[in-house]
Amino acid sequence: MMKKLIIGLFALLPTLTMAAGPSVPLMDANIDLKDNASLQRGAKLFMNYCLGCHQMQYQRYERTFRDIGIPTEIGQEQLIFDGSKVGSHIKNAIAKDDAAKWFGAAPPDLTLVARVRGTDWIYTYLKSFYKDESRPFGVNNIVFPSVGMPHVLQELQGLPTPITEEVEEHGHTVTKVVGTETDGTGEMSDDEYDRAARDLTNFLAYVGEPSRLESEALGLKVIGFLVILFILAFMLKKEYWRDVH
Amino acid sequence: MFGKIIGWIDDRIPMTRVWNMHIAQYPAPKNFNFWYFFGSLAMLVLVNQIVTGIWLTMNFVPSAEGAFASVEYIMRDVEYGWLLRYLHSTGASAFFIVVYLHMFRGMIYGSYQKPRELLWLFGMFIFLALMAEAFMGYLLPWGQMSFWGAQVIISLFGAIPVIGDDLTLWIRGDYVISGATLNRFFALHVIALPLVIVILVFLHIVALHEVGSNNPDGVEIKRKKGSVAEEDKPKFKFHEYYTNKKDIVDAIPFHPYYTVKDIVGVVGFLILFCWVVFFMPAMNGFFLEAPNFEAANPLKTPEHIFPVWYFTPFYAILRAIPDKLIGVIAMGASIVVLALLPWIDRGSVRSIRYRCGLHKLNIAQFVVTFVILGWVGATPQTDFKTLLSQITTVTYFMFFVLLFVYSKNEKTKPLPTRLTK
Repeated sequence: MMKKLIIGLFALLPTLTMAAGPSVPLMDANIDLKDNASLQRGAKLFMNYCLGCHQMQYQRYERTFRDIGIPTEIGQEQLIFDGSKVGSHIKNAIAKDDAAKWFGAAPPDLTLVARVRGTDWIYTYLKSFYKDESRPFGVNNIVFPSVGMPHVLQELQGLPTPITEEVEEHGHTVTKVVGTETDGTGEMSDDEYDRAARDLTNFLAYVGEPSRLESEALGLKVIGFLVILFILAFMLKKEYWRDVH
Repeated sequence: MFGKIIGWIDDRIPMTRVWNMHIAQYPAPKNFNFWYFFGSLAMLVLVNQIVTGIWLTMNFVPSAEGAFASVEYIMRDVEYGWLLRYLHSTGASAFFIVVYLHMFRGMIYGSYQKPRELLWLFGMFIFLALMAEAFMGYLLPWGQMSFWGAQVIISLFGAIPVIGDDLTLWIRGDYVISGATLNRFFALHVIALPLVIVILVFLHIVALHEVGSNNPDGVEIKRKKGSVAEEDKPKFKFHEYYTNKKDIVDAIPFHPYYTVKDIVGVVGFLILFCWVVFFMPAMNGFFLEAPNFEAANPLKTPEHIFPVWYFTPFYAILRAIPDKLIGVIAMGASIVVLALLPWIDRGSVRSIRYRCGLHKLNIAQFVVTFVILGWVGATPQTDFKTLLSQITTVTYFMFFVLLFVYSKNEKTKPLPTRLTK
């Protein structure tokens, strides 16, 4: 009876974990937090292309350099552009009010964006800009329609053209952007750009939770210890309970 | 020397007497199974919450300006701050898991029945205090879901006629959720409610030790004095407080037998708990909701607002009913009926093992109902799910109605005279 009940409960779990999904299918970011080279390339991309507008106000340079294997002096020299001390938070000098005027909304802090949006979303977002003359910056985004942000990686990717499809929606036929196609004006090939987007996503994932790898390394030791303790505790219990049975 | 120290203390406080009465010579039924781990596990989690909470308090800033940043400071700059935080956040969910299982154990083995009504009521008060504690704690990180979840839940009090609006204002200390709300929730979360919970847990255990534990057979181990033959009595020594009044069968001393057994339960629990803490502390958004990693913004409403999973069954009952006031009443009633179980169940046979088939079905449907309500309350509403929540709200209350009806003249199986196994 009880066993069936428990099995039944577990059978329900998959439905429980199917929380609301986004309406646009996301690409698999497929990141690797252990890949320091990728994290370092991601950091470089972030400092060069993102930090002008987006801060990481809770994360410090020094910790970042240490965790992803960049020697402090090299980081100081090549990745800190505003003369900040290495122990400071990763911030910029953009005034929030001005930024809100320029882009329609102040660029959000990105320290925790990977935890809010998920890494697949970020990866897809970076790969989903397309040419749209109706927008102030001439670009739009599939996963973030009417986004206020320009395509800051345009010099790398070029300006993709949209692939559209006619779809039935609420009884009307509408033209929907379902994908993008490279226009060949970027410095990078498609594969190189995919890698860059993945590196940047990886870096954002790291900053979202800098303790992730330390946590897993410690977790293995803790659980290993507990498993041994479990065996000993179980044997101790068996020994004592011989009097009872 | 050691004996002298013990003697010196015993002359001044009843240390040895309490140890013997409540631990070393306390008679516990010998047939406790898996379900009996969750009481001691709830105590373990309570200790975990208090200890990690103390250390989190050392670096947390309880203000609207500083709260969110201070949590990230704990996560990044405080040595092992991430561990303290994840132990505390995972502990909150673990608390509800073990408490729900603990309550379910009470339901299937009839542990709330006479003479354990007060024990059950203390438990229900702990559950209420725990819900308040968890709700207030969830506001503290000052994320989007903290803010908007609190907004939704506090606004429920506004549905109460006449005093509703004034009451919500009084709870918030402001016209909206603000730093004032955060400050008072912090005070209540770190001192008032933990104190209440600890006192209630103490009373829960005092009540338990007075009436003694129930067991999976639901057969009393304490018998009328003189009714048990000498050779049927256990060979163990029990405290005279228990043996003077009653004859005891099929019991073993709590220590060492259940202490060594509970250690196995504790370590087994810790393996699962640590697996979550170290490898998946957000638990796919169930333990830590993704929108809560964004700082509270009173001008930006999240697309969907959900309470944390442990509130969702009750939240689903609230949403199932279109009228807000009736919804609030139904939600309150769903907890009140649980507290009234000792009087709703009119049967005399406790354990599910010896009760009628209908009772087994009723409990099974209650479990399914509770899980469905939890799922519906945790996901965006659709027409189908609204209907489903309305059906399960009915089946939730039907559990108690049916129990009340069939328990009066229930066709039960014969009870064993002694505990089985």
